[in-house]
Amino acid sequence: METVKLSEAQKKSRRNRNIALGVVLAGLVVLFYIMTLVKIGGVGN
Amino acid sequence: MTVMDNHDALGTDRGSRLSEASARDFFELLKPRVMSLVVFTAFAGLILAPGQINPVLGVISILCIAVGAGASGALNMWYDADIDAIMTRTAKRPIPAGRILPQEALAFGLTLSVFSVVILGLAVNWFSAGLLAFTIFFYVVVYTMWLKRSTPQNIVIGGASGAFPPMIGWACVTGGVSLDSILLFLIIFLWTPAHFWALALFKMRDYGSVGVPMMPNVAGEASTKNQIIVYAVLTAVTAVAPTFTGLAGLGYGIFAAVLGAIFVICSIAVRRMPDGDEKMMPAKKMFAYSIFYLFAIFSALLADRLLAGLPHLLGGLL
Repeated sequence: METVKLSEAQKKSRRNRNIALGVVLAGLVVLFYIMTLVKIGGVGN
Repeated sequence: MTVMDNHDALGTDRGSRLSEASARDFFELLKPRVMSLVVFTAFAGLILAPGQINPVLGVISILCIAVGAGASGALNMWYDADIDAIMTRTAKRPIPAGRILPQEALAFGLTLSVFSVVILGLAVNWFSAGLLAFTIFFYVVVYTMWLKRSTPQNIVIGGASGAFPPMIGWACVTGGVSLDSILLFLIIFLWTPAHFWALALFKMRDYGSVGVPMMPNVAGEASTKNQIIVYAVLTAVTAVAPTFTGLAGLGYGIFAAVLGAIFVICSIAVRRMPDGDEKMMPAKKMFAYSIFYLFAIFSALLADRLLAGLPHLLGGLL
């Protein structure tokens, strides 16, 4: 069975995408947390 | 363990198709320059709307509208990859340049569309979320898939999708639509043909080579130039209208009238451009001015609102 062997460029771009995705996911966690505080806790009203 | 398939649907060996796309390439799919206009006009709609919104929810609203607009840009690039590859203006986009696979762009665009609409609905209100969903649908299906390649009126009707953001911003605050929010919509809607046809005039060969029926290619330069004047006049008149509905003050009205007059003068300069003019400087100037004009009009609306609220704000502080 032929398997994938990533080139250096592919490894680098995959790492770059993973970091970006991690940042986006962390951002969503913060977003949902703040949304919950505002909608349920009435923060800022 | 990942199994590698080096063959496409036609069975042609195409080498390793593992992605080398960076996060920047995906960001480019969102058409960030278009997004900046969307963010700005949506923000204007949010501020100009009567009533108040929690500042955090306001930021989330703008974020969702921006991401929704970006998602529709990604879906547009997915569908138009074939013609983007031929036109000089678009050949370096991530899909035609081979940095992102079409199916990656499709998945990216669909995911962001769903996320932006659902989060806007959950955080703000479902009316604005519905309007955002309709805007994405209109840009991707009505404009990109249907109108763009079938009629020279493509950007006239399709321009509506670019005009919705201030209405969505407005709806985030009020939960509905009003005459003033329709006016904000109309300013961008009527501005789009004049703006885009100025570009189409000096990029005529590009559009012609891929068979997109832009107005200059179908109706000719002379007819397009006349229509640019008509839309420039309509835009200039509509941009003054907020003064008469009470959305903005007299100062704004005078400012908008002056800017609108310059817009019309630019369109007349385009009309006077001789047929077969290779450089088309008046068209290029009109295109550049049209971008400045829209930013200036919405900035003036915001400044007018800020100044109108200043005495009240200062009174509260003193």
